[in-house]
Amino acid sequence: MADNAAHELILNKVRDTFPEAVDEVIDFRGERTLVVAQESLADVARLLRDDEETRFNMLEDIVADDMLPDFPRFAVNYHLYSIPLNQRIRLRVAVEDPDDGPETMGTVWPVATWLETEVWDLMGVTFKGNEKLRRLFLPEDWQGHPLRKDYPLGYEEVQFSFNWKAIDAKKPYAKD
Amino acid sequence: MGVEQKLGEMGIVTARLEDLVNWGRTNAMWPMLFGLACCAIEMMSSQAAHYDASRFGMELMRPSPRQSDLMIVAGRVSRKMAPVLRRLYDQMSAPKWVIAMGDCASCGGIFNNYAIVQGVDEIVPVDVYVAGCPPRPEQLLDGILSLHEKVRGEKLKDWA
Repeated sequence: MADNAAHELILNKVRDTFPEAVDEVIDFRGERTLVVAQESLADVARLLRDDEETRFNMLEDIVADDMLPDFPRFAVNYHLYSIPLNQRIRLRVAVEDPDDGPETMGTVWPVATWLETEVWDLMGVTFKGNEKLRRLFLPEDWQGHPLRKDYPLGYEEVQFSFNWKAIDAKKPYAKD
Repeated sequence: MGVEQKLGEMGIVTARLEDLVNWGRTNAMWPMLFGLACCAIEMMSSQAAHYDASRFGMELMRPSPRQSDLMIVAGRVSRKMAPVLRRLYDQMSAPKWVIAMGDCASCGGIFNNYAIVQGVDEIVPVDVYVAGCPPRPEQLLDGILSLHEKVRGEKLKDWA
């Protein structure tokens, strides 16, 4: 498959330039993920963007994972796309402490500041160097980060005929 | 040409002031546009030619809260939208009524989660709940007629 050749080329390129950067390579259904050390993420990203044979000029999305019982608990995935070569690859960074997250990618792809703001809003992973982390989707006075696994799921019991009165009694009805 | 000629020979009509006021309120109740989700489509179609809500004195939806008496909350209200909803309700001039249209506006519906207000009655006082996901235009019109019935029974001394 052409994809495999391209994946190997990318991997070799990264390994040649930064031998210590790639911790693990994951292949799943033809998609390749490079697990990258946190401190070399920016170098790898810049290499993949600028190299003539990779040209990943588009950052499609940043997605954070919460793997609650495990350590490190969080991981941040960067979905890269090369428009001229029509190729995709994913960079993955494990985050041990969400308050001390990976470096911002805003210097490599400017769109990353927005995506990082979204990740912080819903998952609470910070990004070093991104000064604009703030509430984006949620109201400004929101407490906590709702997509974390330890965030309470719902906040209201469903009313059935047998518990109608008990729930109705503590329901906060609005006044005129 | 006097008013007698315009009206024809109607003679004198006597009515209680309360009935007259409530009759006026029910037959010129202008709803405010508050379409938030799929329920808004059903609200629009109940407004359009086929179901024609203007049969009940609702000629058109008002986009301004200052001109409307009835707020039809059509759709799920997110926590971020809730202050806006309350603000628009406060801007409506009294007397005013609220219909919670559909399951989401009534009780949160299928969205029992952090982002959606579990029933719009936490934000504004609701007069009529219309069940359905989304309710058909007939159901909404039935809700509106139930509200009319409620308004016809209102006492003026409760307003004064």
